[in-house]
Amino acid sequence: MKKRLLSLGLAAVMAMSMTACGSSGSTSDSAEETGAASQGEESADGATFKIGGIGPVTGANAAYGQAVANGMELAIKEINEAGGVNGYQIEYNFQDDESDPEKAVNAYNTLKDWGMQLLLGTVTSKPCIAVGAESEVDNLFQLTPSGSAVACIAGSNAFRVCFSDPDQGRASAQYIGEHKLATKIGIIYDSSSEYSDGIRESFAAEAGNQGLEVVASEAFTADTNTDFSVQLDKCKEAGAELVFLPIYYQEASVILKQASDKDFKPLFFGCDGMDGILSVENFDTSLAEGLMLLTPFSVDEEGSQDFVAAYEAAYGVEPLQFAAGAYDGIYAMKAALEKAEATPDMSVSDLCDAMKVAMTEITIDGLTGEGMTWNEAGEPNKEPKAVKIVDGAYVMQ
Amino acid sequence: MSFLSYLINGISLGSVYAIIALGYTMVYGIAKMLNFAHGDIIMVGGFAVFTIVSTMGGSSAVGILVAVVICTVLGVTIEKVAYRPLRGASPLAVLITAIGVSYLLQNIALLVFGSNARQFTSVVNVPALKLAGGELSISGVTIVTILSCIVIMIALTAFINKTRIGQAMLAVSEDRGAATLMGINVNGTIAVTFAIGSALAAVAGVLLCSAYPSLTPYTGSMPGIKAFVAAVFGGIGSIPGAMIGGILLGIIENLAKAYISSQLSDAIVFSVLIIVLLVRPTGILGKKMNEKV
Amino acid sequence: MKAYKNKILVQNLITYGLVIICYIVIQALMAGGHINSLLKGILVPLCIYVILAVSLNLTVGILGELSLGHAGFMCVGAFSGAFFNHAMSETIASDQLRFVIALFIGAAVAALFGILIGIPVLRLKGDYLAIVTLAFGEIIKNVINVLYVGIDGNGFHISVKDVASLGLEADGEVIIKGAQGITGTPKTATFTIGIILVLITLFIVLNMINSRTGRAIMAIRDNRIAAESVGINITKYKLMAFSVSAALAGVAGVLYAHNLATLAATPKNFGYNMSITILVFVVLGGIGNIRGSIIAAVVLTLLPEMLRGLNDYRMLIYAIVLIVMMLMTSSPKAIEYRERILASFRKKETKREA
Repeated sequence: MKKRLLSLGLAAVMAMSMTACGSSGSTSDSAEETGAASQGEESADGATFKIGGIGPVTGANAAYGQAVANGMELAIKEINEAGGVNGYQIEYNFQDDESDPEKAVNAYNTLKDWGMQLLLGTVTSKPCIAVGAESEVDNLFQLTPSGSAVACIAGSNAFRVCFSDPDQGRASAQYIGEHKLATKIGIIYDSSSEYSDGIRESFAAEAGNQGLEVVASEAFTADTNTDFSVQLDKCKEAGAELVFLPIYYQEASVILKQASDKDFKPLFFGCDGMDGILSVENFDTSLAEGLMLLTPFSVDEEGSQDFVAAYEAAYGVEPLQFAAGAYDGIYAMKAALEKAEATPDMSVSDLCDAMKVAMTEITIDGLTGEGMTWNEAGEPNKEPKAVKIVDGAYVMQ
Repeated sequence: MSFLSYLINGISLGSVYAIIALGYTMVYGIAKMLNFAHGDIIMVGGFAVFTIVSTMGGSSAVGILVAVVICTVLGVTIEKVAYRPLRGASPLAVLITAIGVSYLLQNIALLVFGSNARQFTSVVNVPALKLAGGELSISGVTIVTILSCIVIMIALTAFINKTRIGQAMLAVSEDRGAATLMGINVNGTIAVTFAIGSALAAVAGVLLCSAYPSLTPYTGSMPGIKAFVAAVFGGIGSIPGAMIGGILLGIIENLAKAYISSQLSDAIVFSVLIIVLLVRPTGILGKKMNEKV
Repeated sequence: MKAYKNKILVQNLITYGLVIICYIVIQALMAGGHINSLLKGILVPLCIYVILAVSLNLTVGILGELSLGHAGFMCVGAFSGAFFNHAMSETIASDQLRFVIALFIGAAVAALFGILIGIPVLRLKGDYLAIVTLAFGEIIKNVINVLYVGIDGNGFHISVKDVASLGLEADGEVIIKGAQGITGTPKTATFTIGIILVLITLFIVLNMINSRTGRAIMAIRDNRIAAESVGINITKYKLMAFSVSAALAGVAGVLYAHNLATLAATPKNFGYNMSITILVFVVLGGIGNIRGSIIAAVVLTLLPEMLRGLNDYRMLIYAIVLIVMMLMTSSPKAIEYRERILASFRKKETKREA
């Protein structure tokens, strides 16, 4: 018994010391992260808008969360330097959710304690649904830059910047059909991802209308996302001329490599998750030659040059479309705040009600689409762009 | 033709599992512990080669050599720092420590290399073999993986049966107390086992990443678990068992993916394991231990 | 014997008291508005992890078998509970009532799986048993990920392919949507319900340990052959412990499903990593020590949240704490050292007393 008590005591002491250094760490850290720019005009009473962000900055999806955090920071810094919104500065705070719904709700509550008034997030779909249920109860305005599953914006307080999954699937099928890229289609998708499965479902439904024949539809899961030789063999055997990849670029880079090892050279076609494939470290970009993708954003189009330059200067990497989505999200919030003539002293719920109306009235020329508008359901209205990879660069079609 | 293709890919995957499983099974046989961190040593090996070859521009041979050295040193260090003090403690305590070491390696890699997946440049530059008039194409990596597996198997068997250290290993795994009495340096023998197991993990890491070219801090964990399953499948503690278990597991996994369901392949692999263990509770080649009262 | 019984009673009362006092303190603080949203949000998960840790301790500590598939039972419970909730959403109007019935259903289904899995698994021993439980956990997760279940006027439709193959009528509703799982379960789990479930769990486990059944189970743990020779039915008692442990994990699962709007079997929440996390609670709290499990589950769940500011180093620190703790508490040398220090203290005390 003594031994147990002792070990428990040790555990407690350890944990205490950990939490102690943890909390001291967090204060210094949050002071760093939540830098309300002191330059620019301070509003009379020193009030600020507090925007929270949630996304995975550690774990397997960290690249997306990091991109959103960066895009958000960049936009807020620009806005603050230009004098803020309605004369008020913006403060921000980005919390990690490891792409886990439970952690996301914790992150949401942490942000509420911090005093969040508006939420940009979450980045991935499942956490977004979980947080959406919470924010709906609190009536806190939520704008997700990249939560594309249908249920992500179920609440009337929730809007999104990206396309919904069904929209992307439908648009992809239409594009392939209209441009007569191929008739025999193979699909390789991640059945454990809402994003991937959602796109595949609507793609398969629309394919028939476009005269496309889905000859193979092969799934993998998060546990088996390293070896695609069987799925590729099946597509090859079925005689697919075009392989549709509604998946993220990391897996796609492996698929392209393995396909080339197999001498299998169909046309590959992806969605917005494919964006970023050229920046995979050490990826042989010649493998992606001819790859097409539908994406709202590309680093090479004219309108995004300033953003790309600023982003590269600040973070040393090329922005993913997630970063662009977050950047647009912040500017959409700004436009809506201005439209609603909102002030930071409004209650969270009043602010949300005002934002809900204002969001449907604004029009934004953003990085991820020109003349973007939102409907009451929270869906954006914008045109997808088709991009083809030629000589190791994205080229608009 | 496609069946042959699936089968060969399965053998190739299975060969990687087998090499990893050899490390598991040797450590288990001799130190009587599950080294949960074994899978993460594979990942370290992968990153070592990646850093040398792709980042610093070294040659493949240097890369592999450095990776083997790093992993060997790492394996021995982990054994010394984390496992040796726990010799004689409950198996559960050792298992939890091993899990801790696994988390530690993953998170250090996460800090150093970040979570973005890297495309691993294959260090195997053997042209693909085309058979049956180009109908069946076997990639170079597949050939090299299968050959390495066979070579390692032969070398390891010879090492254990022909050298003094190998004999000492057998003695320690048979009866640690008696081995100590015979003047065998048990700690030293266990350290050598970890060194060999980790060196094999480095080789496995290179082959794994060459065949499935995505490298992240979590690359080693699932193959690690599967290899562990393979080791149990073949009879944990038995070297030929690990080999057979690994290759069978790879074949089952690939054929299940091809003919049953690509999503259920893991469930099928694990079900086969369960069935085997229920029919032969000590695995295919495991020795039956009589219970002492 | 009576003194021994009294001692157990006191120990158990301390455990119950601890939970109740925590509950009262938190309720008081909450009424006073002293609790931040983060802590409020984490109260139900804390109950979930405590139930999981206590129930796993029944398998690991009392039965003495290492299970790496505990999250699988939680998964079964969560899905059956949430499925019931959705399927009955029109028949039973009250969310609360549905939740309570769902708790029983989750427990029953998980117990059923516990028995089904236990019959073959418990024939194995040690590491083999560990790996098979891990395998079962992964199989459960994998199968649920390909399962599509819908409901319409004609009853239930089940498929393992996709939504289209369910062949639902226009008014049909898809309940389990493959890997996307179940969405939109009403959030009916509250801290009070969580604490009541924790107390019930404790009641079941503590009473089981200190009953004839518990002693039989521990006899099997300590010496199976001796236990068999005095006529204890090994299979029966092992299965009993295993299925009760599974049922309680199922309850935790139902609580989990009713605390989040989205439920999907991902490697993170129901994979072997979760099983290992729960095992870590049990081991750090002391194997066989129920109160220790509670404390370890609470401390280790709070720890990563408290370390939020240290984002990148959080999991690293967790790993190091794990290793250091094990080295300090379990290494024979450290134990010896500790005993020596304790002994010297004791000596001083006796001297002083003298």
